[in-house]
Amino acid sequence: MMLSIRDLSVVFTDRGAPFTAVDRFCLDMDRGEVVGIVGESGSGKSMTAHALMGLIRRSQVTVSGSAVFEGIDLLALSREELRQYQGRDLSIIFQEPMTSLNPTMRIGKQVEESLRIHEKLSRAERKARALDAMALAGLPDPESVYPQYPHQLSGGMRQRVMIASALVLRPRLLIADEPTTALDVTIQAQILETLKDINRKEGTAILFISHDLGVVKALCGRVVVMKQGNIVESGAVDDVFYHPRAEYTKLLIASRPARKKLRGGGQDG
Amino acid sequence: MGKALLKRAGLLVGTLLLVSVLAFAAFSVIPGDPTTSVLGAEATREEIAAFRAQHGLDLPVWQRYWSWLAAFVTGDFGRSFKFDMPVSELVATRAQVTLVMAALSFALIVAISLPLGLISARRRGGVVDRLVTVLAQVTMSVPNFIMGIGLMFLFALVLKWFRPEYVPLEDGLGAHLRFMVFPALAVALPKSAMTVKLLRGSILGELGQDYIRTAYSKGNSQSSALRRHVLRNAMIPVVTFLAMAVGDIMAGSIVVEQVFTIPGLGRLLITEIGHRDYPVVQAIVVLLAAVVVGCNFLADLLYRVMDPRIAER
Amino acid sequence: MKRKNWYLTIGVILTALMLLYIAVGFFWTPYVPSAMSAADREAKPSLRHLFGCDSMGRDVFSRTLEGAGSTLTIALAVLAVGAVCGLAVGALCGYYGGPVDALVMRLCDAIAAFPSVLLALVVLAVTGPGKYNVIGALGVLFVPSFARLVRGEFLKYRDRDFVRSARLMGVSGLRIIFVHILPNTWPVLLSGLTIGFNNAVLAEASMSYLGIGVTPTEPSLGYMLKDAQGYLFTLPWCAVFPAAVVILLILGVGLVGEGVRERMGAVS
Repeated sequence: MMLSIRDLSVVFTDRGAPFTAVDRFCLDMDRGEVVGIVGESGSGKSMTAHALMGLIRRSQVTVSGSAVFEGIDLLALSREELRQYQGRDLSIIFQEPMTSLNPTMRIGKQVEESLRIHEKLSRAERKARALDAMALAGLPDPESVYPQYPHQLSGGMRQRVMIASALVLRPRLLIADEPTTALDVTIQAQILETLKDINRKEGTAILFISHDLGVVKALCGRVVVMKQGNIVESGAVDDVFYHPRAEYTKLLIASRPARKKLRGGGQDG
Repeated sequence: MGKALLKRAGLLVGTLLLVSVLAFAAFSVIPGDPTTSVLGAEATREEIAAFRAQHGLDLPVWQRYWSWLAAFVTGDFGRSFKFDMPVSELVATRAQVTLVMAALSFALIVAISLPLGLISARRRGGVVDRLVTVLAQVTMSVPNFIMGIGLMFLFALVLKWFRPEYVPLEDGLGAHLRFMVFPALAVALPKSAMTVKLLRGSILGELGQDYIRTAYSKGNSQSSALRRHVLRNAMIPVVTFLAMAVGDIMAGSIVVEQVFTIPGLGRLLITEIGHRDYPVVQAIVVLLAAVVVGCNFLADLLYRVMDPRIAER
Repeated sequence: MKRKNWYLTIGVILTALMLLYIAVGFFWTPYVPSAMSAADREAKPSLRHLFGCDSMGRDVFSRTLEGAGSTLTIALAVLAVGAVCGLAVGALCGYYGGPVDALVMRLCDAIAAFPSVLLALVVLAVTGPGKYNVIGALGVLFVPSFARLVRGEFLKYRDRDFVRSARLMGVSGLRIIFVHILPNTWPVLLSGLTIGFNNAVLAEASMSYLGIGVTPTEPSLGYMLKDAQGYLFTLPWCAVFPAAVVILLILGVGLVGEGVRERMGAVS
């Protein structure tokens, strides 16, 4: 078992009464496995991912439970200890490729950043590794993209840059937090294809978060359905999709055809 | 980028020409002849005619403007009515004083506001942050000249750190600067307060951006995220603000010179306004305008260098 | 988010107190501000003379009351001139656009790039000192910054749906400007007005201090400070009280502006 999450809870105490965003979430993942988390916005799926990455460590938020990754409980680590794993053993890409990149830093520097933090390499070695990762992420002509700035690229290209910078150290786990939601239908399909390739070639496990069961079905072997911070049901993707047990899952599936013409059918079959 | 810069440079020249026309026109249409205020009421008709001919006052306005402008760009600012010497000589020594003070003020603003803004933003809501915020709000409400009087009272009269008497550059650079630091502080403190506030807000704004989350996800520590990602983005509005503040710094210097009786451009400007010595006033106005407009141009340039998104346009 | 807006609270209280103080001065001063009394020369602050007396035996409290009143009047008049003209220019330019707008805005940019004290100095060099000249000079110089502010707001609103539908219904341009758009811009205008007010107070005080603002016979905080500077060590109260009045006035209004901006930020 690569990752074993037990009773992960996220409680906000910002304003008055405590609010439970994620309630005792459990999940096991094997190496190289692709698992989806599905739910509508506010279901706690992104919060789960961010808690795992250690991105919501604030004084007004309580994260409890355990997340044992390759024998180490990520949630028990101090911020400083966790830094050693962030970007090296586990990475994340976000929903908004438009704003998730630093607008005043060259693409190449952003892709290389994890290398700079975690390894001591020469400038040339760093660049070679960055170009390699960019090619893996499906960026055409990495050499010419390397010195550019984010605003010079399209949304799909930026998301590929995000993927490249997440993969530059070949982490064992990639968390993809709605990576295609902000993109066009055709681009969405291409990015999913790229993620599939990466999983196949590099054996990178992917925790894929989406509100769209269809997209998850195209990519993942297993799926977890979340609603208001709780797991509604989980299992093999085909089982959940064709024989949903929970009412909520049925609703999610039923709501899909209406969006179908927007999303396109490419990834359904 | 080259084209946009060329356009900006054209605008710069245009603005300066506009200022020169306005400065010239203003003093050419005013009621009251400078001859009487310079030569006195008892001047003979011949004396007046000679004075007018000497300064070209008998020519039509546009012709006077043209020859004045043509001479001005070569560094010949005309002759002072009052002192009967070239304006350029009169202005040069005073300009040095004012420039030292303005440069010192600018350096002080940067030296004071950058560390305070950073600390304040990093320790948001902490004791230091609250203290800085309150102090900044009060300090920016103090006019330069009142700040000057306050500093004079505290450091010259109570603490006796300096004698309230101007020390010229001829007495040595160290002594000169040691005196000038107090008037410069009077100019710098209120502006620093504004800069601290702007920088703090700017850093906090950037810290909330998505790309900072990305930076943390790569294993950046708080300080490296701040240093590598936040600072550059947060500095963009601050650098623009600082370059735009040069105009205010010059204006502040002119007022504060009066407080510390420093023989700079400001004092010359004020006394010569009183004497209706227009060649001097015109020259100072156009020179100050050149500095201000030049710095705005520089601000624009820096903005383009720092923010690649703008450079495209 | 219900967080207390301290800026606004303290700012409003401070400004109200200062206005009250100044309002008192319009109707009553304990002594005639210009009256000299040989017996009270250099008197320390006491119950008889709250803020003490200056070297000529004039009551500092009465003089600050009168000076603050004058400063407030001038600042408000400057604001009125600058805001009304700026509003007209900015609204028309922002709403109609076109080459005239481009030209006017270039001019405004050029003027607004200069510090107002400096420009006002030059204008007063031409016109000579005096209360009305100060108001005129500063007022005109404040037009560009208001015009830019208002124009920006109008640009923001002119293509909004509610403006478009009004236009489709045949509402006249002027009516759209004043009835449909203007009410939406008030928070930004209010914040701009507080900045303008403070700049006006600052410029007036600075110019009087330099001796080229109001004429020496008119009451002025700037002049008082200029006089007081000669006796800084022996009669500090002559400087402290007028300075405090200027600072508190600017501080109060500045806090109000800050509070308004904070509130806007919270809403949007």
